[in-house]
Amino acid sequence: MSYLEYHAKSTPTGLRKILYLNWPLTLLLASVAGVGFLMLYSVAGGSFSPWAEPQFKRFLLGMCVMLVVAMVPIWFWRNISVLAYLMSIVLLLAVEFFGTIGMGAQRWIDLGFMRLQPSELMKITLVMLLAAYYDWLPAERSSRPIWVLVPVLMILFPTFLVLRQPDLGTSILLLAAGGGVMFLAGVHWGYFAAVIAAGVGLVTAVFQSRGTDWQLLKNYQYRRIDTFLDPSQDPLGAGYHITQSKIALGSGGWSGRGYMQGTQSRLNFLPEKHTDFIFTTLAEEFGFIGGFTLLSLYILIIVFCVATALAAKDRFSSLVTLGVAITFFLFFAVNMSMVMGLAPVVGVPLPLVSYGGSAMLVLLAAFGLVQSANIHRPR
Amino acid sequence: MKRNAKELEGAHRKLSRRALLLGGLQLGFAGGLAARMRYLQVDQADQFRLLAEENRINIRLLAPARGEIFDRNGQTLAHNSPSYRIIIVPEDAGDVGEVIAKLSRLITLDPEDVERALVEMRRSPPFLPITLADQLNWEDISKVAVNAPALPGITPEVGLTRIYPQLDDFAHVVGYVGPVSDYDLSKLDRPDPILRIPRFQIGKVGFEAKREDVLRGTAGAKRVEVNATGRVMRELDRKEGQAGADMQLTVDADLQNYVQARLGKESAAVVIVDCESGDLRALASAPSFDPNLFVRGISVADYRMLTDDPYRPLANKTVQGTYPPGSTFKMVTVMAALEDGLIGPEDTVYCPGHLEVSGRRFHCWKRAGHGHVDLNTSLKQSCDVYYYDLAIKVGIDKISAMANRLGLGMRHDLPMSAVASGLAPNREWKSRVRGQDWLVGDTVNASIGQGFILASPLQLAVMTARLATGRSIAPRLVKSIDGVEQPSGAGESLGLNENNLRMVRRGMYSVSNDRRGTGYRSRIIAEGMRMGGKSGTSQVRNITAAERAAGVIRNEDLPWDRRDHALYVCFAPFDNPKFAVSVIVEHGGGGSKAAAPIARDVMLQALYDGTPPLAAYPKGDRSRIKAQQERLERERLQRGGSQDSDQA
Repeated sequence: MSYLEYHAKSTPTGLRKILYLNWPLTLLLASVAGVGFLMLYSVAGGSFSPWAEPQFKRFLLGMCVMLVVAMVPIWFWRNISVLAYLMSIVLLLAVEFFGTIGMGAQRWIDLGFMRLQPSELMKITLVMLLAAYYDWLPAERSSRPIWVLVPVLMILFPTFLVLRQPDLGTSILLLAAGGGVMFLAGVHWGYFAAVIAAGVGLVTAVFQSRGTDWQLLKNYQYRRIDTFLDPSQDPLGAGYHITQSKIALGSGGWSGRGYMQGTQSRLNFLPEKHTDFIFTTLAEEFGFIGGFTLLSLYILIIVFCVATALAAKDRFSSLVTLGVAITFFLFFAVNMSMVMGLAPVVGVPLPLVSYGGSAMLVLLAAFGLVQSANIHRPR
Repeated sequence: MKRNAKELEGAHRKLSRRALLLGGLQLGFAGGLAARMRYLQVDQADQFRLLAEENRINIRLLAPARGEIFDRNGQTLAHNSPSYRIIIVPEDAGDVGEVIAKLSRLITLDPEDVERALVEMRRSPPFLPITLADQLNWEDISKVAVNAPALPGITPEVGLTRIYPQLDDFAHVVGYVGPVSDYDLSKLDRPDPILRIPRFQIGKVGFEAKREDVLRGTAGAKRVEVNATGRVMRELDRKEGQAGADMQLTVDADLQNYVQARLGKESAAVVIVDCESGDLRALASAPSFDPNLFVRGISVADYRMLTDDPYRPLANKTVQGTYPPGSTFKMVTVMAALEDGLIGPEDTVYCPGHLEVSGRRFHCWKRAGHGHVDLNTSLKQSCDVYYYDLAIKVGIDKISAMANRLGLGMRHDLPMSAVASGLAPNREWKSRVRGQDWLVGDTVNASIGQGFILASPLQLAVMTARLATGRSIAPRLVKSIDGVEQPSGAGESLGLNENNLRMVRRGMYSVSNDRRGTGYRSRIIAEGMRMGGKSGTSQVRNITAAERAAGVIRNEDLPWDRRDHALYVCFAPFDNPKFAVSVIVEHGGGGSKAAAPIARDVMLQALYDGTPPLAAYPKGDRSRIKAQQERLERERLQRGGSQDSDQA
């Protein structure tokens, strides 16, 4: 069923839309953000500044953005997705030329009132574009090579731009989320199998080539991989982040050391304690119980998204909702794997908890799309 | 694009299927994360908790205050004074060069200190604190403290440093402390962790080193919480250390000061023993040095000057130096003969100026000879032939045994560095050590304190005290430890015949008070203060027959280090001995001329506990003595003045 076939009467209109908002999802998002405020307050040594307060303001702004996005009919978003995608590409290119250097990487454009990270925007517009593409493409064509190549290019182009910044974490996210949407849209599993097989082959080749004269990576890159695989090799250098992070997590135990009692974060042993490594503080202060609770909240958000997607009557709504869910999942899965020493340290924040404006606004806007799909579902 | 419903339905079902599959995968992954979290946080919690504590808690040792050292009247010989220093932890500093550059803009750093610190840094692990600057004033240290946030890895610290307010006077007795060296650590089996405290000072030489056990005290510790850069956030708890025990020595600082001044630039040593308790009232070795130089680490140039000096200022001549005692040994020979009953006071020996013993001619110091000599005259005029004759009759073994009874040839147990045991040889010793038979000529040489016999000034003073009292006086240096009085060295009776002792003492009285005595010129005339003494002149070279024929070269014509040692031992007051004194002036020439005046002066100073009245001196000496007293007083005042400015 396409949006053209909706009966205008069967979808809520006006202020009645608010009643159809997915309230449990909204509440879940707010509680996750609440955990974030709590932790930001703690890592600042029991202070609202410099992190908790701005984060709260951004969250309020983000909620407004979400509501606005939710109120706008989902078909509007479908119609402008190509435009949104192109705008994101333009912004990415702009960063390439006019961006500001921050944290050793070129990532944002200073708009005056806020710093815009086009790569964050890209995550959501890519999902929108792919959803719109598969909404438009007849299902029986979706596995044909030419129609597979088009979305692959849509994914690879921004990925390449983001990788150049360099931002490995976001590139992986774009790649995985894009691939996820393609998989959901019904592209033949053979393609995925081929890509995975090729990936495994490449990794094997990289390791096999080490020390030979056709070595694929530079020596320092191998050393990074070594450190990732066994951080104890270099506990004060490259492995420091992972080692300290694991210590913080481990020392939390079952129930944690108590709020604001985490020594690892309070004494600055943890790097990036307010951004990428904020989960370690949570785990140190609230223990396994705290960490598991947050993980459960995340999973519930995913469950609600999947439920919304399954209930949706059109492909765009389903795909965009699931795409947002995948992006969200990738955020916390990569971040948590990273702090638990299961994945290399790539710059991926803990969604809605880590300090950072762009990511929060973009994520809430994305959930606005999910809400919009829910509201504008014909009933 | 037109769609048929069936196709759409199929696509939707496929989407739902794949959505559920993907959702399931996500759930599975989340389960994996939860399992990992459980593994880290529950299964391995203890291990990580420990690591976190290790991260956070540092144990810092607290150096105890070293025990202070006082003289018998409570004057300070060694104390501790706060000293401010700057330490750097290279690991926390990051770029050490830059931090030091920043620091040197704040305060003036000694380039030598910085160089030494950099060398030390290369040798030690990066987390060990290293002293960058020492002995800073309060103003500099505050500047550093205020700017601490801009100086990572830099910590101002207050510590204690050792001060020796008596400067040169007690360098040999008290010794000195210094920073622990690698060599010190290598000597120890399991070094006390306290020694790893940067700039911790331990006794290196002398009393400070010998009684390190009591003086050091035990370390305290504090546990501090540190952050990732090693900066101390707060102190968790602290256990104070136990300060070292305070020590009181038997030495009298004023007397010691006088003696050192009196010795002046001579290479000499003086020991004053209390005849009642064995207390060492003064132990002076000249020339001396300022021990404070060693506390911080002496410069190479200064050290070279001390080691190259032919007068050996670093050696403690009072206990380390052993010399042939010369004629001061004659009391031992005569006591051995008297105790053996071989001679009486009236027995005489004819001295023609030499004695033939198994084909070798032994000379008396007086070429013309002393004629008929009895015991008293033999001591008074120090006739050598009398003792040659006596010794041949008594034999070396009895002489050696008597020497041991009187405190020679044995090590007195004193807490000082390298206390020498000297040598009072016998037949057994020579065959054991030299692998040769004892010859009668050896006995003849020994009888007048030449040949193999060696004694330290300390031993000679003890010998004199034992002769004066008849008791086995043992020297005592430590009066009390932490207020606990140490056992006296008064000793038991030696079991010597009192009549024999009296005869020897009378002989010593004649030496000092008889017009023909060798020590007459350095007598005391105050009644009740008169002393008994004995001069000694010990050869450091052999006089060949040819030289003797041509006329023995006078001391003044010899190079300094070939001249005779001058010795003098004495006790006073004669009727009720209070002090025994031994003096040696290295290469000073004749004992009666070089050593006896010093012995008399320090004896009087001890007897009067201060500057003696001129009336105690013979009339002819008074004007000279007055001038000398005034000169010494001036010198002491000057030194006292410079001492104050040193401390300021």
